[in-house]
Amino acid sequence: MKRLNFPLSVILLVVPCAVLAAFTHYPAVKSLINSFWSMGTRRRPSQFIGLENYQTLLADGTLHQIIWNSTLYAIVTIPAAIALSIGMALLVNAKLPGTALMRLSFFLPTMMPMIAVANIWLFFYAPGIGLISQIFVLFGLQPINFLGSASTSLWSMMAVAVWKEAGLFMIFYLAALQAVPPNLKEAARIEGAGPIRIFFDIVLPLLKPTTVFVAVNALINSFRLIDHVIVMTKGGPNNSSALLLYYIFEVTFGYRDSAYGSTLTVFMVLLLGLMALIQFKILDRKTHYQ
Amino acid sequence: MKYTKTILASAATLFLTPGLALSAELEFFFPVGVNAPAVETIQELTDAWAANNPQHNVKAVYAGNYVETTTKALTAANAGKPPHVAVLLAIDIFTLVDEDVVIPITDVANTAEDQAWLDGFMPGFMRDATLDGEIYGVPFQRSTPVLYYNKDAFREAGLDPDTPPATWDEMIEMGKKLTKKDANGNVTQWGTRIPTLGLGGAWLYGGLVISNGGQLSADNGIDVAIDTPEALGALEFLQKLSAEGVMAPGGISWGDTPKAFVEGNAASIWTSTGNLAFVNDNAEFDWGVGFLPGGKGPGAPVGGGNFYIFKGTSPEEQAAALDFIKFMTAPENAAKWSIATGYVAPRADTWETPVMQEYAARLPQALVARDQIEFANREFATYQRGRVTQFLVEALEAAVGGEADAATALAEAQKSADRVLKAYK
Repeated sequence: MKRLNFPLSVILLVVPCAVLAAFTHYPAVKSLINSFWSMGTRRRPSQFIGLENYQTLLADGTLHQIIWNSTLYAIVTIPAAIALSIGMALLVNAKLPGTALMRLSFFLPTMMPMIAVANIWLFFYAPGIGLISQIFVLFGLQPINFLGSASTSLWSMMAVAVWKEAGLFMIFYLAALQAVPPNLKEAARIEGAGPIRIFFDIVLPLLKPTTVFVAVNALINSFRLIDHVIVMTKGGPNNSSALLLYYIFEVTFGYRDSAYGSTLTVFMVLLLGLMALIQFKILDRKTHYQ
Repeated sequence: MKYTKTILASAATLFLTPGLALSAELEFFFPVGVNAPAVETIQELTDAWAANNPQHNVKAVYAGNYVETTTKALTAANAGKPPHVAVLLAIDIFTLVDEDVVIPITDVANTAEDQAWLDGFMPGFMRDATLDGEIYGVPFQRSTPVLYYNKDAFREAGLDPDTPPATWDEMIEMGKKLTKKDANGNVTQWGTRIPTLGLGGAWLYGGLVISNGGQLSADNGIDVAIDTPEALGALEFLQKLSAEGVMAPGGISWGDTPKAFVEGNAASIWTSTGNLAFVNDNAEFDWGVGFLPGGKGPGAPVGGGNFYIFKGTSPEEQAAALDFIKFMTAPENAAKWSIATGYVAPRADTWETPVMQEYAARLPQALVARDQIEFANREFATYQRGRVTQFLVEALEAAVGGEADAATALAEAQKSADRVLKAYK
């Protein structure tokens, strides 16, 4: 192998490092530093206040509700998206007529920007005039105020997220399904296993590496994707559909309190790091990589 | 025409004053908050100013919605490169002054003639442009909510289509007649629809309180009066509308409201004058506009954006910025802007222009908004506006959603607001 000349190798090393430092490390360190300072304006400069922001964080009732919302959102959307995407993958993997059209329609929501998806769902959900309302009325049911009621707004957000995400995960599962060796299924069938037994004992274990990958991605997305919250409810009513990242966005840019926004960011980074660690530890141990 | 002369005169002054830089390169940040060809109109107007003033140049920067534009302007100012002039929310005056990035307009508009120009703006729009006796904002894209009502539905219910409800009691009384149900008992047409969710909901709620003789926030941006009998009465009225079956129960979104009106789901709605064009284009029935029905009399909030001149720029640039603002608010130009967007022109002289009169003849609904300004008051605004307003939003959402009792929710919001604003007293 030819060796790179020294100046070129330095350039190739320095450029990515500089980009990484400028856009990842510096903001992370800066957030940590900002979290020890108070909110400042030119007339009232920011002051060093130590851990006061963290005390505020612990006593912040809104944050407590939002952590609960985010937890519920993750607990529901991740398994739902995984189950739905496996189902869709099995469906399009089966040699049925119209498979290409089915794949396309399952994947379409993933290709659309979240903002567009949210606007479509706004129309679905609108009470009285929206699509779902009209279907309800057709069957003589009471229309539901999906986004305007604290008891349904978060669930409505979850449905949008699952609908949007499952298509992407389906692609991964489809690839994994096609990689399942047919001889294993063949052997099981000869041994007298039915299709359900084959799925749970042969296919599902072989999908495990994909599930780990998908679960990690779904978890990250459940914290990262908040466009639909911004478009559809702005976290309301009464914070019932606010998620952690939305709250950080709102505090930093809506309230212009970058100090408390930084504190929340530090909290979220720690939380995500911890969860990634746990997830890999637990799932890795039980996963059979080929 | 008078202003063209002023512009020429001030340009001439600049030109003739020795030792001054003759040209300014202005940067102008503006947001778009309406569903209208706003960017094109702004560009057209700025080009016209630049053509009239060849010694100057102006770069109009579309900077997103209001929040994004304020963020960009503040970031630029803190980086030492402020825009010279920007259109930002009137209620952001406290933030801009707290950040010390804007100058009082009278620092540059200091002649008797300038004073006469400032006096030409409707007082209803000047109140929230002023802080601690100094004028910081020049009204430009201003709005106010009005009552839109379906005249055909009024006729069908046996009501006079030319007499919309004027009081809260009439709203309930007429609303009952306007509400229609299908065989299953589902409402197909609500009597009225007042958005109660989010910032739009808080804006309209402010109007209810004003008409009930209250005012949620003081001019100093520090004192709030959320926990008052007037405010409680307004919130209980919102609850009563639902309890009486005149308005849909639970939270009502701002965004769906014009659509609910044109689709016949609501026989009357409260929304901004900014939706006049949308309703005019989409309503397939006879519709009218009226003052917001009031508790003790007419009352409404104002909203929208003002021009601000930024600190940290040279006196010549600030003078050019003032000249630019005068041009943009001059009758012919303000008329063009108002007609293109639906904003309420904030000066009486704009309404006297032939184009505006022609527009008012074509769309008489636009006049109602102008006439309502006399009864309007400022929108809820304080220092740390984003955070404090959220307390109000939460209280409203909790009360209309039935999660909290109105009095408790308002008392809670008052307490939280006072806690944040204590630092400014």
